[in-house]
Amino acid sequence: MLRIISLGLLLYGTWLLLSGHYDPLLLTLGALSCAAVVGVCWRMDTIDREGHPNHLTWRAPWYWVWLAWEIVKSNIDVTRRILSPSLPIDPCVTEVLATQSDDLGQVIYANWITLTPGTVAMVVVPGRIVVHALTAEGAKELEGGRMGRRVCRMMGDPA
Amino acid sequence: MIYAAVTLALLVAMAMALGRAWLGPTVYDRILALNTFGTETVLVIAVVGFLFGRPEFLDIAILYALINFIGTIAALKFFKFGDLGHGLDYEEDDEEGAA
Amino acid sequence: MDALAEGSIAATIATAAEVLGWICVIAGAFFCLVGGIGLLRMPDMFTRMHAAGVTDTMGAGLILAGLALHEGFTLITVKLGFILLFIVFSSPTATHALSQAALAGGLTPWRKGEPRDSEVYSTGPGPSKEEKATAREEASSKG
Repeated sequence: MLRIISLGLLLYGTWLLLSGHYDPLLLTLGALSCAAVVGVCWRMDTIDREGHPNHLTWRAPWYWVWLAWEIVKSNIDVTRRILSPSLPIDPCVTEVLATQSDDLGQVIYANWITLTPGTVAMVVVPGRIVVHALTAEGAKELEGGRMGRRVCRMMGDPA
Repeated sequence: MIYAAVTLALLVAMAMALGRAWLGPTVYDRILALNTFGTETVLVIAVVGFLFGRPEFLDIAILYALINFIGTIAALKFFKFGDLGHGLDYEEDDEEGAA
Repeated sequence: MDALAEGSIAATIATAAEVLGWICVIAGAFFCLVGGIGLLRMPDMFTRMHAAGVTDTMGAGLILAGLALHEGFTLITVKLGFILLFIVFSSPTATHALSQAALAGGLTPWRKGEPRDSEVYSTGPGPSKEEKATAREEASSKG
């Protein structure tokens, strides 16, 4: 129930911010659309821990800051390699363990891997992620599991 | 002035993505190039909106970002299954076609 | 006098935000260009995905952040934030779907020393149905 209310409020907030018009007609229409969307989501049974993970609201933004810094670092590395005349890349395929306790955590981990340039999650199966890395160093660093432990901590898993 | 230069740079990057879409060689290269092209289109719409002092363009940019993602997934699904409606049961369809 | 000093501080902050915004926008355009160059230079589809990632994360992020710095706290900035959030959520999903489709379609990742776009997946009618099926099995057994 709490999740349904929070999803409704989130959608209505999005409506208000995107429309920028605050006359009664548009406010009513917005409320009706949000109610319809929440109704459809409820019927599809997607308002659960996975579909609307509001338990992460307060923790996730701090980890996004760390992730943004990782993205900047790996971007600079990939940029140097692209612009270097000899194109110093050595792509390899490796496999990392996803030790997160549920699907949501593993999907977030795979997303973070893909989001940092230089590593792409190719195949995701429960407990494992097959990664295509642009360089052997990138694969090594990922196998070290620093990012995986971060995701575990964000999800509140014992890591 | 700087916005104009940034727009030009983005257009050059879009031309490069189109070049990759032209060269291929596989269909996945082309889809990847079009996905990148779409992201750059979103950025160009936003920057051009600021260049002409009409930030209302951002609504179009949001819409384009949504359509770009859906379009990429739809194109992938189409090339994988040759069909947008089915997908999970395509193997059975194949067998039926053979029989 | 105090009002004047406050005004000058506000003006300084505004100028700093503007300069920072220009730097961000220009750097973002640079990273978009790098992504484009990478798309053209990389030897195969899987390595090209990494180049596209530069455009999707750093290019988009820096340009939108720079525009937001120019705009200040308005609804426009919120919309820029929505665009960035959406790109950041959708681009890994699209990349993952693409790489999985490419694996299922029979592409094998390029290794160092091989020719660019090796003939396994060069132009032509594409892999046959049997080849696709074995590639799918390989992909799922690998995973």
